[in-house]
Amino acid sequence: MMPGMEGAGLSSLDRPNSYIGKVVPRPNMARLLEGRGQYVSDVALPRMVHAVFVRSPHAHARIASIDVSVAKAMPGVIAVMAGAELANVVSPWVGVLSHLKGLKSAPQHAIAVDRACWQGEAVAVVLAISRVLAEDAAEHVAVEYEPLPAVINTRTALDPATPVIHPELGDNLAFERKIDAGAVAAAFERSDKIVDVEFVFGRHTGVTLEPRSIVADWNAGDRRMTVYLGNQAPHMVQNIVAKHLDLEESQVRVLCKDVGGSFGLKVHIYADEMAVCGLSKLLRRPVKFVADRVESFNTDIHARDHICRGRIGVSHDGTINVFEIDDLTGVGPYSMYPRTSAVEANQVIILIGGPYTTPNYKGRTRVVFQNKNVMSQYRGVGHPIACSITEGLVDLAAQAIGMDPVEIRRRNLVRDDAYPCDSPTGLKFESLSHHASLDKLVAMMRYGDLRAEQTQLRKEGIYRGIGIASFIEVTNPGAAFYGVGGARISSQDGVAVRLDAAGAVICQTSVTEQGQGSESMTAQIVASAIGVSMEKVRVILGDTDNTPYGGGTWASRGTGIAGEAALQAAKVLRGNILATAAAILQGKPDDFDIIDGMIVDAHGQQRIELNELARIAYFRPDTLPPGFQPELMATRHYVPRQYPFAFTNGVQASWLEVDVITGKVKLLKHWVVEDCGTIINPQLVDEQIRGGVVQGLGAALFEHCIYDESGQLTNANMADYLVPMAAEMPDIEVGHQVSPTLETELGAKGAGEAGAAGAAACVSNAVNDALSPFGVTITEIPLTPKLILTALGRI
Amino acid sequence: MIAPVPITLIVNQERIEAMVPPRLNLADFLRDHLSLTGTHVGCEHGVCGACTVRVNGDIVRSCLMLAIQAENATVETIEGLSDSGEIADLQMAFHQRNALQCGFCTPAMLMAAQDLLLINSEPSRDQIREHLSGNYCRCTGYHAIVDAIESTVRARLERAE
Repeated sequence: MMPGMEGAGLSSLDRPNSYIGKVVPRPNMARLLEGRGQYVSDVALPRMVHAVFVRSPHAHARIASIDVSVAKAMPGVIAVMAGAELANVVSPWVGVLSHLKGLKSAPQHAIAVDRACWQGEAVAVVLAISRVLAEDAAEHVAVEYEPLPAVINTRTALDPATPVIHPELGDNLAFERKIDAGAVAAAFERSDKIVDVEFVFGRHTGVTLEPRSIVADWNAGDRRMTVYLGNQAPHMVQNIVAKHLDLEESQVRVLCKDVGGSFGLKVHIYADEMAVCGLSKLLRRPVKFVADRVESFNTDIHARDHICRGRIGVSHDGTINVFEIDDLTGVGPYSMYPRTSAVEANQVIILIGGPYTTPNYKGRTRVVFQNKNVMSQYRGVGHPIACSITEGLVDLAAQAIGMDPVEIRRRNLVRDDAYPCDSPTGLKFESLSHHASLDKLVAMMRYGDLRAEQTQLRKEGIYRGIGIASFIEVTNPGAAFYGVGGARISSQDGVAVRLDAAGAVICQTSVTEQGQGSESMTAQIVASAIGVSMEKVRVILGDTDNTPYGGGTWASRGTGIAGEAALQAAKVLRGNILATAAAILQGKPDDFDIIDGMIVDAHGQQRIELNELARIAYFRPDTLPPGFQPELMATRHYVPRQYPFAFTNGVQASWLEVDVITGKVKLLKHWVVEDCGTIINPQLVDEQIRGGVVQGLGAALFEHCIYDESGQLTNANMADYLVPMAAEMPDIEVGHQVSPTLETELGAKGAGEAGAAGAAACVSNAVNDALSPFGVTITEIPLTPKLILTALGRI
Repeated sequence: MIAPVPITLIVNQERIEAMVPPRLNLADFLRDHLSLTGTHVGCEHGVCGACTVRVNGDIVRSCLMLAIQAENATVETIEGLSDSGEIADLQMAFHQRNALQCGFCTPAMLMAAQDLLLINSEPSRDQIREHLSGNYCRCTGYHAIVDAIESTVRARLERAE
């Protein structure tokens, strides 16, 4: 049993040889280490053709004409097609959900029809026997554009003088939400200090190392479509492909093999991917599309890009009286389908102030259309923004009243014994550990020593800063996320386990693997619950034909939801195995146990191995008592019902140095303490945290999709769009608190986005701390040298 | 398009004779012509490092080199290094330390790590980080990769004593 988990209800897992809480290497890693993975870009099928898209160079333009005659005649070309023709096979969609009230969008086609709405939107596609020949021909597709006025500036998107991108919608406002909780005006009035600043968050993107890739294979004989796709939600894709290609869901099989990075970017299905499915149906042969890196930057979902005014009112004693925000974000010309582009803004507005007791909160968020690439859910979804605003304001409030940043947090974080409780925005917290986490963090980082070092170094002209950020994270979402809004995106997951004829366990789960360790997590739980070694468990996932129906791996839900389903399925199988053992050994099921693949009796006597039990059950059932039927397969499903989300919490700290001559920030060290409830595999949790932190650090310092005033993405390549490299990243120390959710027997909550949630906020706070001798406050990311030097008045 | 030209080279100790278009890059040749899909293509312009292979003993980005430039060269890919056992200890260290998640950058990361250890048997953490800076990883945050290489360094030094 892990420290701090006494009485956590883990009886069935607290067994000899349990893998719960143990570091076990992921079973699926060896093939990846030898280059034997199979990513979609590696898939090659007989008669496969390659798709290359012709994409709009304009942010907004009418497509006057498309001449494909030259391209069609080029070597190796099978077909060239524009949007209107493809629209006969792939119907358009509108990315709205009914629970995001008022959210509107316009019909979007797989390939643009008549009009391109962002630079990079596909306007035609070439299919050829090789990618290079398709690329050659794509250069000869002659498209005549009539440029239209483009809506680029988020701040002016709602001005009456700004053109409306979709006139039928009336304006460029996609979504608006307001919250007014407590007594905001009075709270500001009684505050001794009020801080009022504008936060700016750069647009950035996921940059999965493997670009988006798809192979669609319509088998006209079977009348079935097989889609090979690196995706986090195969059953969602099955539904969407079937719906818009006029197929039954049973006619669509989605296979997700190895996925080269996902981070939410691959939880979506993209217009060009839908086009590839349609093209396969039209051509009656497999079609492959692998995005090149320029296409990735121009068409993979972008995220963040918020401008948010934030106010905080604080009393001299450190009491935070009130938060207020007015948030504005531009999401591109369409709301993404089917998960929409309003979820990030919605998360921002509900998460502000989340860790604190402050009951007074007023917020508004507005989501506007613009002629840039589409924005949607990317790792952390709203958390990094809500955390940066909240924690930025808290630090500024502390500065205003001359209080230490740790102290103001201690005085305002929700007490660890105050749960369950609700937030002013209606979030339900079951059990969090803000104070214990902060205490642990302060000890890990030796906060007092660092402050002393900082003071000493300042005398030498070295400017170091400490930044702290507490956060909450939405995990284990139930139907509240998508299902209630009408999307056919499952919030439940299923796991099937069976004992095979040689005594090994086969396990099929509806969650997917993108490297976070879904397979390992599942195998650890199943092996522990049944009583076999992990080597005896094989996990099958990422195949809609061969797994139970379920949501997939996103929103930090895999372990908390599918892990619980795995536990319950394994417990049923264990019971069935023991019943079979009792039948064979002429006893009662309760008389036996399974330890390391062996049936043992109450005296600990080894009686029969599982492979022998399986042999009898499958090949000599005639020797069993009359009427006894062994059921060596069990399936269970699970979805949280009591809480809409299982909130987790944590706190991060950054220690960095700002070079006030060059404006460069050097990250020296980063610490995280987080609480995801029961930990199945500490190593996997820590690595999720570290990976998320570094994505947050990238957002804080480097990553930025820079559009010019005409809507051109000016840095759509890996040389100009900076992602964190090894030399720039610090070591990251991770610690844990453990507050299991009591809603499940497993007690696990999610951990996938905790790192991304708070990292940028820490860095911003640390930079401002470092620059405090200069009286400079920066509330914009990425914190480029130019931004810092400008703030310092040096350029 | 210019007609294919013949090339002869050694790939993973196997003599290869092939006809290749002059514009074909080495990464595509390895992946599409020889089915050596362990070499990954991430950016196709020499930044991400995912396509790193060894040519005549040096690590190169195979997306920046034409296949015809490999005429008479000795090329080693992750498949070759795995089969020969040259980096078995590094692979084990990566496995034990969970120094990969999606695995897409991993073959090239191993190539770069082994390259460092061949020229510097006792690199510091900073030197490891510096040497890996041509190889992007979006999953791990690098910390675990540095740990795994560091532990391989220690193990190799102990073996050498």
